[in-house]
Amino acid sequence: MSISSITQVSGTGVYIPGADIDTDRIIPARYLRCVTFDDLAEGLFRDVRTDPEGNTLNHALDDPKFQGASIMLSGPNFGCGSSREHAPQAIRRAGFNAVIAESFAEIFFGNSTGLGMPCVCATADEIKALGAAVEANPQLEVSIDLESMTASYGETTIKVTMPASAREALMSARWDPIQELLDNSDAIKSCGEALPYV
Amino acid sequence: MAKNLYQKVWDEHTVGTLQDGRTQLFIGTHLIHEVTSPQAFGMLRDLDLKVKYPKRTFATVDHIVPTDNQQRPFADPLADAMITELRKNADEFGITYFDLASGMQGIVHVVGPEQGITQPGTTIACGDSHTATHGAFGAIAFGIGTTQVRDVLATQTIAMEKLKVRRINVDGELSPGVYAKDVALHIIRLLGANGGIGYAYEYGGSIFDGFTMEERMTVCNMSIEGGARCGYVNPDETTFNFLKNRPYSPKDTEWDEAVSGWQAYASDADAEYDDVVNINAADIEPTVTWGISPDQGIAISESIPDPAEANNEVERASIDEALEYMKLPAGAPVKGTHVDVAFIGSCTNGRLSDFREVAKYLKGRKVAEGVKALAVPGSQITAVICKKEGLDQIFMDAGFEWREAGCSMCLAMNPDKLQGDQLCASSSNRNFKGRQGSPTGRTVLMSPLMVAAAAIEGEIADAREVFSVN
Repeated sequence: MSISSITQVSGTGVYIPGADIDTDRIIPARYLRCVTFDDLAEGLFRDVRTDPEGNTLNHALDDPKFQGASIMLSGPNFGCGSSREHAPQAIRRAGFNAVIAESFAEIFFGNSTGLGMPCVCATADEIKALGAAVEANPQLEVSIDLESMTASYGETTIKVTMPASAREALMSARWDPIQELLDNSDAIKSCGEALPYV
Repeated sequence: MAKNLYQKVWDEHTVGTLQDGRTQLFIGTHLIHEVTSPQAFGMLRDLDLKVKYPKRTFATVDHIVPTDNQQRPFADPLADAMITELRKNADEFGITYFDLASGMQGIVHVVGPEQGITQPGTTIACGDSHTATHGAFGAIAFGIGTTQVRDVLATQTIAMEKLKVRRINVDGELSPGVYAKDVALHIIRLLGANGGIGYAYEYGGSIFDGFTMEERMTVCNMSIEGGARCGYVNPDETTFNFLKNRPYSPKDTEWDEAVSGWQAYASDADAEYDDVVNINAADIEPTVTWGISPDQGIAISESIPDPAEANNEVERASIDEALEYMKLPAGAPVKGTHVDVAFIGSCTNGRLSDFREVAKYLKGRKVAEGVKALAVPGSQITAVICKKEGLDQIFMDAGFEWREAGCSMCLAMNPDKLQGDQLCASSSNRNFKGRQGSPTGRTVLMSPLMVAAAAIEGEIADAREVFSVN
């Protein structure tokens, strides 16, 4: 299993403003009718991108100037609602490598970390300013550095935050914990044996 | 040292500390369903791994099942492929599967308690955010993503960060016509949709002491709508009475031993909490949502918020966005809002007590012309008991369609969907944009009896007036 350490993520950005953007909006439930994650990018934010007749709603994700963006920007409580990993999978498969938002819902955050996609927090004002900079110059390079816990663009550098364990997991190439979990099989066995109901 | 239930269960299930600082937590009970498990089994095969504790893994099918015609193959080939995949995975790995033919199928969060699989002092994980429902029994139960489903299948553990614990006391008395659903919506309104991030919620106080298990499940179920990944109630006699004689409950001599073990998990009287919130039950009215987030709720007597009266720019923008989507007038009473569809069901309010309570008032009443009304029991067992008690007939006589068990119109992964911008009075848990299957469909969350009142009046109404509840 190849797993790499993630310290820096950079690329161009796209700003999807709004509070409480839920996982139903990120990927509508009808796209969950599948047994693999392969084709999820198609469903990403689908119902705010096209109307039921298939006409474009001119969403930022469909704006030619933001094509190729790999860093998503958004507001507070991003990814709330359902636990569907389909949401971060769709974001990932649409070419994104990181999300910067005011805050994240917990299950979404954990799912994203498990995919090696850092989710870092910045303040509302900082994200607004970053969003405006990206709008003004879609080719602007945005860079997230987990070592220094900063995000930089142009001449600006802002502080970003993330729980220490997720940061450590990403930087030390342990964001997919399966091997370490498997390695502790003796401890798992004794824990299970001590539980009255197992 | 005095501990709360969360700390006791966490400590007992801790396998060790991982190198990144997270805890490796033992998951005693793993519930799986057709939507979030197939990819996890795929990953398991890719890694050439087996299910470590098949006997602690239980499957059912709920999200995609049609509630009218369940003849296989289903009309939707994608749905049929998913149920086929679950059967294959359950067989290959030796997992107990409550399938459509079992007579025990249903929404995973209804089935677990019904079977007695959900027990105090346990850890329960499921690839579904409403797993907190099981916390009603004094379990630490939470939703996980599919990669974590893989982790649990392969190791019976996950990597997890310990949560803080917020105690929420609701004391006093609820007025007639105010239900557990109103308590849940009131708490979320008060603390916000993201107020619970980083917390487990411990619900207590005289209201929870007096609640039935089904009422406790309704509130624990919606913890995630308040941002809390898990919520629980300390186990007591009500819990034990519910569990007695369930298929998977301890039997005979093991029962007494189990009960004394379970009692010990309850939070110590002098346990400490990271935060405490006190709520007066008398302040809670029948509550409905008016927006696109579950914290956008108001009492039935209140008016829809006016963006002009917002406290700040952020709040104004969020009211604007919600009202534009909901097509509701600012400042108008919510009572009287036209309703197209009425839905009673879901893991929040699709249990026996919900149908019993509504049936008490529905007898002799008729659903308003033009309103499509659906009643969807949470499980096959619920459906059988409803039938035995004649409840299904009461619903059908009133003009409800009585359906087979499943998640149905809560998230509309099956054929039960809103059309266009229909407005649905719903006993489910989420009013997100497009949640009920139409990208422009509108959801108003409320208690089952309030849904029945809306169905009869053809508009959002106060169930206390419609049914003379007092």
